Amino acid sequence: MNVFAHAAGARFPTGPLPAQQPVDPVSGLTRTQQLLADDPIWLVLLKVVVLFGIGVVLTLFMINWERKVVGRMQHRPGPNRTGPNGWLQSLADGLKLAFKEEIIPVLADKKVYFIAPVISTVPAFVAFSVIPFGGEVSIFGEPTVLQLVDLPVGVLVVLACSSIGVYGIVLGGWSSGSPYPLLAALRSAAQVISYEIALGLSIVAVVLYTGSMSTADIVERQAGGWYFWLLLPSFIVFVISMVGETNRAPFDLPEAESELVGGFHTEYSSLKFALFFLAEYVNMVTVSAMATTLFLGGGRWPWPLSSFNDSGWLMFVAFLVKTLLFLFVFIWLRGTLPRMRYDQFMRLGWKVLVPLSLVWIVAVFGIRTYVNTGGDNYTLLLLLIGFLVLVVLGVAFLLPDRKVAEAEIEPASDYPVPPLDLKVPSSPPKRRRAVGTSGSAGAPRETAGAIAGDTRKEGEE
Amino acid sequence: MSTVAVLAQAGGVEALTSTGEAIAFWIFGPVALASALGMVFARHAVHCALLLALTMFSLAILYVIQQAPFLGFTQIIVYTGAVMMLFLFVLMLVGKDSRDSVVEVLRGQRVAALVLGLGMAGLLVAALARSLTSVQPAPGAGLGPNNLGGLGRLIFTVYLGPFELTSALLITAALGAMVLAHAQSSTHEKRTQRQTVIARLRGEHARISPLPGPGVYATANSVAVPALLPDGSIAPESLSEIIESVAVDVPDTSTPDAHSLTGRSSPDRSIDAGEPNDVSTPDGSHSGTEKES
Repeated sequence: MNVFAHAAGARFPTGPLPAQQPVDPVSGLTRTQQLLADDPIWLVLLKVVVLFGIGVVLTLFMINWERKVVGRMQHRPGPNRTGPNGWLQSLADGLKLAFKEEIIPVLADKKVYFIAPVISTVPAFVAFSVIPFGGEVSIFGEPTVLQLVDLPVGVLVVLACSSIGVYGIVLGGWSSGSPYPLLAALRSAAQVISYEIALGLSIVAVVLYTGSMSTADIVERQAGGWYFWLLLPSFIVFVISMVGETNRAPFDLPEAESELVGGFHTEYSSLKFALFFLAEYVNMVTVSAMATTLFLGGGRWPWPLSSFNDSGWLMFVAFLVKTLLFLFVFIWLRGTLPRMRYDQFMRLGWKVLVPLSLVWIVAVFGIRTYVNTGGDNYTLLLLLIGFLVLVVLGVAFLLPDRKVAEAEIEPASDYPVPPLDLKVPSSPPKRRRAVGTSGSAGAPRETAGAIAGDTRKEGEE
Repeated sequence: MSTVAVLAQAGGVEALTSTGEAIAFWIFGPVALASALGMVFARHAVHCALLLALTMFSLAILYVIQQAPFLGFTQIIVYTGAVMMLFLFVLMLVGKDSRDSVVEVLRGQRVAALVLGLGMAGLLVAALARSLTSVQPAPGAGLGPNNLGGLGRLIFTVYLGPFELTSALLITAALGAMVLAHAQSSTHEKRTQRQTVIARLRGEHARISPLPGPGVYATANSVAVPALLPDGSIAPESLSEIIESVAVDVPDTSTPDAHSLTGRSSPDRSIDAGEPNDVSTPDGSHSGTEKES
């Protein structure tokens, strides 16, 4: 019941446009936008630097964390030598990577090869700018919001950045002038385009409920309850497609080691390779932050700790915790699931996620229209939904199953079972060793064999 | 078309140009123009596509600066992100060395293209000039950057007809493409794996097993190195038809002797090793041309 009451909150078609934050009548800006517009230039620069720092530090942290957690999952400690408990390993690796020799393949398209890692990295950081990290705070006496910009189309900015970022992967793969990276680039292009559709569709329901695409508005609107509860199907689709969008396991087909050597960055080395690496992890952080913003209430603390929401800095802490939760899921998936085959992956995207999202959006539309046009008979609504579900289930059960042709067994062959009169031949007699029986050089060989035998026995004890 | 016009004009009510807007325009305007020209003159197809993407991107930024952020980011997502990516996809499949041919294949093609192009440009300029002078911004779209809701309302109420027509056209085009691409009649049906196996065993293929890979039993793994059979002779099927095979060093079959450490005399290993250093079959004919087809 609460769900529909929540839905009734905004009466979209009747009243004025629902603005989740009160809009200033003079400037037409929300409170967040006003605060951000008042930022002096030094504060903007500070935020930019800090955002960049967050991206880099979280990347270094993620690499280490991933290696440690995956290590734990495989009963080994993971990196534990460099720095306290091995936490500086990725920093050392990164520094080493920067000083390595840079190799450009002869067949590479030099200009494109050079610019591809940059195209991959820059949008990853740009997408950070619209993430609402926390609430209203005061930095050196200047009231502001922990966010760089609050565009009215903030959600689209993230989608746009990811669609630009894939250019880096595709161009990098193509310009290497080598078949494996090219294959990876083609895979990546198809993958990101397909999963961006599912990603975009899963955002639609959130935008429908908020009535705004601004990320700050979306967080503000979730004060009454996270969209995680309200829009669970959207959340599931979003999480699945965000893994596909960032090329991570089990959807890491563009860099499938067992098939494509290193994937699109096979021919890259040194700093350019490091940039690709950075972009991948920053993208993970970005989509995790987006998932937090869209479905987990951004920096909002849940009910027993609601009083923490008064402080913008505490909201920042909550935001970080939730983002790390998603990042852990990324690692968990990598440690648990095997890589999908490419056709299975595409089938999942186009035949499961996209239709599911579409049906769900239509359902949300229907419910919202009913509620917003004055319908308040929730019992009737629930009954109607139940009836619809019953009809769908009934049809699904009544439809005859598609006949699966049974595997033909040729009469001459006993496939797939062994013949009933099968006699297992007795194992052949052990061949007697004739080693070392003749010649003087046989002696050391015998000794070596004896030692080996002894060690084996010791090991068994 | 009208929806686009609405989108473009939604934010352009204020006629004033701020300094920042002017600076951005003088950066991105020339970039858009230069990359559009580069798109026309670049010889390499992939470079053309990239420059076109850059043009679209610059235009998107100009839209954003003109207070039409929705239009700008939609342009980036749809055109730069999806449409150009599909172009790139096709171009990459075509190959790295595919360059524009400068030979005129169709007679009179260039003249026709010039005339039609000029006509199209004239039409566009005429329509644009009219829209710049006489068309009023759609009412109700709202002011400032927060006009998104107003835009949505306009598209789904006043301009619903054109919007639905456009989407119907797009869906028809997509379905048509799928029908054309997946035209599979019973004559073009793909063989299953099992059917292929049976066909192989019944002798429909030249041989049952695949061709031996290059370098099997050889001293190198290059494609140019022919495979050696267990007796040291060259497997004729492993020779590539398009790559000139190099001479191989067949290991000296008298060494190494696996029994050398035992002190015993090595067994007789005088197997006929063929003609190891000659890329030809024992009967003398060149093997590369001998493949059955």
